Amino acid sequence: MPLLSVKNLAVRFETHHGTVRAVDGISFDMEEGETLGLVGESGSGKSVTNLALLGLIPSPPGVMSGQVHFDGQEISALSEPELRTVRGNRIAMIFQDPMTSLNPLLTVGRQMTEVLELHKGKSHSEAMRLAAVGLGEVGLSEPESRLAQYPHELSGGMRQRVMIAMGLLCEPRLLLADEPTTALDVTIQAQILELMAEVQRRHGTAIILVTHDLGVVAGTADRVAVMYAGRIVEEGPTHQLFKNPHHPYTQGLLSSVPRLDSDTSQKMSSIPGTPPDLAEMPPGCAFAPRCPNVQVECKSERPELLPSGVPGRSNACPLFASAGSAEADSAEAHP
Amino acid sequence: MSAADPKRFDLDDATAERLLREAQEHKGISLWQDAGRRLRRNRPSWYAMVFLIGFGLLSFLAPLLPLRSPVRSNLDITLHAPTLDGGDGNYLAALDPEADSALVARQIEKDYWELSSLDHGLISLRRMIFGSWQTGHWLGTDHLGRDLLSRIVWGSRTSILVSLAAALCSLVIGVFYGAFSGLVGGRIDNLMMRTVDILYSIPFIFVVIFLITLIGDYRQVLEEEWGLDREKVFYLVIGAVFWLTMARVVRGQVLSLKHAEFVQAARVMGASTFHILCKHIVPNVLSIVIVYLTLTIPAVMLFEAFLSFLGLGVEPPRVSWGLIAVDGTSAINPLRIHWWVVIFPALAMGCTLLALNVLGDGLRDALDPKMRGKD
Repeated sequence: MPLLSVKNLAVRFETHHGTVRAVDGISFDMEEGETLGLVGESGSGKSVTNLALLGLIPSPPGVMSGQVHFDGQEISALSEPELRTVRGNRIAMIFQDPMTSLNPLLTVGRQMTEVLELHKGKSHSEAMRLAAVGLGEVGLSEPESRLAQYPHELSGGMRQRVMIAMGLLCEPRLLLADEPTTALDVTIQAQILELMAEVQRRHGTAIILVTHDLGVVAGTADRVAVMYAGRIVEEGPTHQLFKNPHHPYTQGLLSSVPRLDSDTSQKMSSIPGTPPDLAEMPPGCAFAPRCPNVQVECKSERPELLPSGVPGRSNACPLFASAGSAEADSAEAHP
Repeated sequence: MSAADPKRFDLDDATAERLLREAQEHKGISLWQDAGRRLRRNRPSWYAMVFLIGFGLLSFLAPLLPLRSPVRSNLDITLHAPTLDGGDGNYLAALDPEADSALVARQIEKDYWELSSLDHGLISLRRMIFGSWQTGHWLGTDHLGRDLLSRIVWGSRTSILVSLAAALCSLVIGVFYGAFSGLVGGRIDNLMMRTVDILYSIPFIFVVIFLITLIGDYRQVLEEEWGLDREKVFYLVIGAVFWLTMARVVRGQVLSLKHAEFVQAARVMGASTFHILCKHIVPNVLSIVIVYLTLTIPAVMLFEAFLSFLGLGVEPPRVSWGLIAVDGTSAINPLRIHWWVVIFPALAMGCTLLALNVLGDGLRDALDPKMRGKD
C-alpha cells in the first residue's frame, strides 16, 4: 500500500476564455520516505497538482476530480474541516519565496507555534520549546534567540530553514516542496537541499519536489515525473530517466540544459514553439505541434501514460514502444 | 511526541538540555507588547497618548470636578475676562449643604440636564470631597455669563462620545466587513462592495437633516416607545456612515494581502479563514487602519461641531464643542474682542486633534516591526 496514491487527478478552471485544464488526469504512487521530482515548465500544472493534493483548489472556478488516497484516507472525499486537520499536520508544504512566506508582523516563535497550537493543542511554552528544537534541527544557530526575531531580521536562507522547520513541526508524512530553492542563491540552494535530504533520512518523510530546475531534481529525487500541459508525459527513476530519456519532450528538455563543456560557437538547443494554450488543447498529444518526430496519429489520438517495458518507467509516447525500447534496454543494461 | 526527544538531534545532551530549557522560558513577544515598548520610546506620541487619556478622564469625571454649572447663566457677568478670583454668580444650587437628596436631584436637572445615575453618584461624591467650593471663572464667561471652563469640559463629553462611536464603528464593522469581503472575494465581495457603494451614494448631510427634521414631529412618541432621541439618531447615522470608507480601504489592502505567500502558507498549514483573518490579515492592515482612524476621529468631531453649529446636533441646555463655537461667533466683533471665548475652545479642540494625529503617527510606526531599534 503506497503512502500516497493519485488516480486520474484532474483540475479544471472554468474561465471566461473557456475551460482551462490545468491538471489533466495524472496518476502516480509514492512510497514512504521517497522523493518524487515533479518537473516541467511554467504552467505545466506542477503547483496546481500540489494544491490539489491539499484540497486547496478554489471553487468556483476550480473543479477537481479523481482520487487522492493518502495514508489510508481518501483526501478527495474529505470535508473542509477534515481537510484542515490534514493540512500542515500530516501533509505540510513549503513555498518558493521565503521572503514573503512569513508574516512580517509575527516573530519566528509566534509563527512556528501557530501550527502546533492549531493541530496538537500544545500550550504556548511547550510549543515554544518544540519550535526551538525544530530550529536547532534545521541548523540555525542560537535557536532560542531566533524565536524572538522578526522575519526581516533573518536572511533568505535562514527564512527558508524556518519554513522547513515549521513544515516539519507536526511531523508530517508527506512534504510538498514547491520550488523551495528557486529564490535562493546556489550555495544556499545546495545547503537547503542537503537539509531536506537529511530531514527525510531522519523522519522518513516523503517529499514531492516541484521544480523546473533539472539540476535540483537530479541531485535529490529518487524518481522523476515530467509534466507537460497538465499531463505526466514520462516517469521513472531519476538516474535512468536522465541518462536515457524516452519521451521526445524529456529529450528536448534535457538537451536544452546548458553545459559548461559545450561548444560556445553553437547556439544552445531549444524546443521550438510554445506550450499549448490550456484552454484550447490540441485533440491528440499536447506535445505534437512541437515534436520533432510527430506522426499523423499523434495529432488525433491522445496517448496514455503506459509502462514502457523497462521496470519502473512509463511514458506517454506511443512511438517509443516501437522505436526506442530495444535501444533503451541495451542502455539500461550498461549504465 | 518524539520531537521533544533531544537524542534525535546532532547535539550533545548538555547543549540540548540548555536549549530546551531556554526555549521553554522564552515567552513569545506579541505584536502589542512590542508596539507598546516602541510607542513609549517615541516621546511625542507617548505624550500625545497621555494627554488624550488625561483629557478623556477629565471629561468622564466632569461631574466630580469642582466646576461651575455649564448651563446656569448670570447676566451680571456676561463676557467676563478670565480671572483667578473666586468670582460669584451661577452657583450650583445642587451644592447647597442644606438641601436634601430629592432637592439635589431636582437642582441637578436645572444646573445640568438629565444625567445618568452614574453622574448623579459622581456629583454626590463631589459634594463629599469639595463641599460647596467651586472654581472661579478661570477661562472667563460667555455672552450669557456661563462659565467657559465648565462648558469646555462638559462639551468635550459629547465630542469624545461621538468620535468614539465613529471609531468603534469604523473598527468593528469597517475592518471586518472590508477584510471579509476582500478575503472571500468573488460574488460575495461584489455584493458587499456594491452595498457599500449604495450607502456611500446617499448624501449623508441630507440624511441627517432629513432624519432629524423627520423625528422632530414624532419626538415624543419615539422617545417614549423606542427611547430614541435626537442624540441617538445622530450616533446611529454616524455609525451607519463612518465605517464605509474604512471598509473600502481595508478591502483594498486585503486583496493585495490575500495572495501574499504567508497567507497561502497559513491556509496550507490548516488554518481556518477566520483564523487567517484575525491573525494574519487584520494585523497587517492595522497600520493603515490606524492612520485612517486618526483622520476619521477629527472629521467626526468637526462634523458634530458643524451639525451643532447648524442647530441640528446637540440641543441646549446640553453643550458640545460645536455649540461653544456657535456662541463664540457672537464674541467676534470689530469693536471689542472677547478673545477668551474663541481661543480656549479652539485650543481644546486643536490640542485634541493634534494629539490624535501625533498618536496615530506614532502608532503606525510602533506597529511596524521593521521600525524596531530605529526610533
